[in-house]
Amino acid sequence: MAKGIKDKVAILGMGCAKFGERWNDSPDTLMVEAYEECLADAGIETSQIDAAWLAVAFDAVNVGPSGIPLSMALRLNDIGVTKVENYCASGTDALRGAVYAVASGAADIALAMGCEKLKDTGYGGLPVRTRGTSFDMIGIVGSAPGSFAQLASAYTAAHGVDAGDLKRAMAHVSVKSHANGVKNPKAHLRKAIDMDTVLNAPMIAEPLGLFDCCGVSDGAACAIVTTPEIARELGKADPVTIKAIQLCASNGWEMQFGEWDGSSVPNTRLAAARAYAEAGIRDPRAELDLIEVHDCFSITELVIMEDLGLSDAGRAPADILDGRYDRDGAIPCQLDGGLKCFGHPVGATGLRMVYEVYNQLQGRAGERQRATADFGLTHNLGGSPYNSVAAVAILGRQN
Amino acid sequence: MTDAVGILAFGGYVPRMRLQRSAVYANIGWFAPGLKGLAKGERAASNWDEDAITMAVEAARDCLGERDRADIARVVLASTTLPNADRLNAGVVKEALNLDDEVAAADAAGSLRAGTSALMASLEAAGSSDGPILCLAAERRKAAPGSESEMLHGDAAAAFLVGRGNVVARYLGGASVTADFVDHFRETGRDFDYFWETRWIRDEGYSKLVVKALKRALEKTGIAAEKVAHLVLPFVERGVSDGLAKKVGVAAEALADSLSANVGSAGAAHPGLLLAHRLEQAKPGDIAVVAGFGQGCDVLVFEVTDAILQREVSPTQGVSAWIARRKEETNYFKFLFFRDLVGLDTGARAEFDQKTMLTALYRDRKAVLGLVGGRCTKTGTVQFPKTEISVNPNDHAIRTQEDYPFAERKARVMTYTADSLTFTPDPPQYYGMIEFEGGGRMMAEIVDCDAADVAVGAPLRMVFRIKARDDKRGFTKYFWKAVPTA
Repeated sequence: MAKGIKDKVAILGMGCAKFGERWNDSPDTLMVEAYEECLADAGIETSQIDAAWLAVAFDAVNVGPSGIPLSMALRLNDIGVTKVENYCASGTDALRGAVYAVASGAADIALAMGCEKLKDTGYGGLPVRTRGTSFDMIGIVGSAPGSFAQLASAYTAAHGVDAGDLKRAMAHVSVKSHANGVKNPKAHLRKAIDMDTVLNAPMIAEPLGLFDCCGVSDGAACAIVTTPEIARELGKADPVTIKAIQLCASNGWEMQFGEWDGSSVPNTRLAAARAYAEAGIRDPRAELDLIEVHDCFSITELVIMEDLGLSDAGRAPADILDGRYDRDGAIPCQLDGGLKCFGHPVGATGLRMVYEVYNQLQGRAGERQRATADFGLTHNLGGSPYNSVAAVAILGRQN
Repeated sequence: MTDAVGILAFGGYVPRMRLQRSAVYANIGWFAPGLKGLAKGERAASNWDEDAITMAVEAARDCLGERDRADIARVVLASTTLPNADRLNAGVVKEALNLDDEVAAADAAGSLRAGTSALMASLEAAGSSDGPILCLAAERRKAAPGSESEMLHGDAAAAFLVGRGNVVARYLGGASVTADFVDHFRETGRDFDYFWETRWIRDEGYSKLVVKALKRALEKTGIAAEKVAHLVLPFVERGVSDGLAKKVGVAAEALADSLSANVGSAGAAHPGLLLAHRLEQAKPGDIAVVAGFGQGCDVLVFEVTDAILQREVSPTQGVSAWIARRKEETNYFKFLFFRDLVGLDTGARAEFDQKTMLTALYRDRKAVLGLVGGRCTKTGTVQFPKTEISVNPNDHAIRTQEDYPFAERKARVMTYTADSLTFTPDPPQYYGMIEFEGGGRMMAEIVDCDAADVAVGAPLRMVFRIKARDDKRGFTKYFWKAVPTA
């Protein structure tokens, strides 16, 4: 296996706009809001950035094509800007590009920005979009909740779990994230909810009710990365470093071959295994202090707990109901509210996850601060369970 | 008998939805109290994603069963409600049936007689044809809300494979009468028929033109009227057929069920539907006579052969089986919506541009219209769709795939959901990952179902349906969906 990028790249600064229904703010405003915080944190000037990556997942109603929107919004120094689209995992993939550029030595300082302006569509939820000329002729007409809801039917069948018990565990996932969102001033949703609210909500895609689904938000998040050496030269004595970034794009075997039962997301398992190896993590349950995962839907988060190896097969519902992933649990999940409450401006989401872990590792998470925070993991998932792009990043300190 | 020309196989299709006529009357009786006498029984109503093409495909599959389709030389589709004015409708059926490109195809239209005219022409051509002719008729008529037609019509399709060989019914001959007798008409582009007075139609149309054709056909074939065991007349109005049978001298018990109580008149497909239904109970030696009416009359005369006893038919095959597979519908408004007779706010999600890239459709037509996937000749892996490199994770063989049709393969539900967010005319939208017997899987819409029918492991069969309509340009997108079978 390749040596990987463990500790080769440090995060120099990060920023994140407030997520939400930013009706009166353009993509430029959102990107600049995140960038201003990031630049101040990094303590550099725009002219020091050598290369940039821009993650935007939805074109039509949004930031627009190419790297130019980022270059123009930030008035970058006419540097190379790469536009990244990799479904909902675009944000982590933009970071991966910037990290690889620094690790290779091609750039000293690189920027990764994720932005999405989704509240210009005129309706709730993700925009309906093409998935390619050929696919559109044979693919289903469906929605994101419908695609992930199917995990529940297969999970119930695979593990013999009672559908009602599963629904309660899923509800706990959302109740927990709402409780966490209350403590996050940048979160889109900052209202606590109870189990009954989740269980009695209108059905979106069976068995997912309204509160089993994250909404969509406007927002932006960004990171400036460099080498640990340069970070120290710039005054970061003990910088947060990238321990691993792994991204897996499905080759289609799940939906065309016969070895998957539909109750898990195989790519998450692959990305996690590769990331643990890259980071040198042997026992994630003991070593990870906090995780930010792709809770687009409650059932997704539940399945992720097993896919990341944090719960045993068939045990995630019980672990969730036991509070294992709550704020005061063994491995707190979504301390910032997650997609469910921080919000889901698609291209920004992967970087928003890293932003929370980055702040937690440095003791800057305010009310949400976790006492011990040495290793944090982010899990960013795009596509559908049966044809996904999964990205796992692990952050820590160099020493 | 192997040299005889006639019907080699027959089948039909009746959609699952049965609109209760009492429900129509309950909604429309205030306006049309005269419909009370018709407010009994039910009529077949196609789902929103069915049209003459998709129903013809189902009837053809019902007719063909597991028979090899390689020898079929021609496909004919008769209907007065063909979805396309200028795109070969029978050509779409040909693709859905995955027939060889070297097959002839034609549409037949123009009157409710189109079904029998096409059948007669096919039988007459069959003697010198390279192979059997698949003669289909399907109809999905629109009737003005509150009209008698809305009560009397039904959606259905019929299919006959005709040719030379071991026929189940030998074609003895027939006769046609043509006259511009306009009992009703519909201009091209219009939705609804315009009718003339019933009494005139009965006295001058049915009683004269039909009787003339019936007598002429019996005379030509040398069959005495009292020898007729099955008389198929396409009329659903009460009393009409009995009167005609009597006039011609055919016994009352020979008259085939008009299916007026449970299907309704399927227009150009109706004579064929009734014949396919009646033939299910025919015995060797029986004489069957079928008539089609529309600006004249066609009459065809058949003699049932011993081969009728050797038919291999599954319990789910045949017109009777389709009639038995039913779902009562009392929502008249839903029926209207499914036929574009009432508009609903479909929301912004329905605005998605459904434009079909015709180059890509042609390139991918086997996958899209025929549900043909691939089978790796090296590893045996089967998959949908077919790809350049096999999906088998242990052997990514390149360009080793041969065609592998999935349409007739049984499948099971692997994962599913009922999606209330995505746009469909019939929410919620059921879909899920399905697995085929013999391998292969795909994400598929699940239709013609109730919540109780959809569960992990539930058995499915594939059906050819409308995927979406491009209303902006007037183009229909077809693809395959799954229907629960138990």
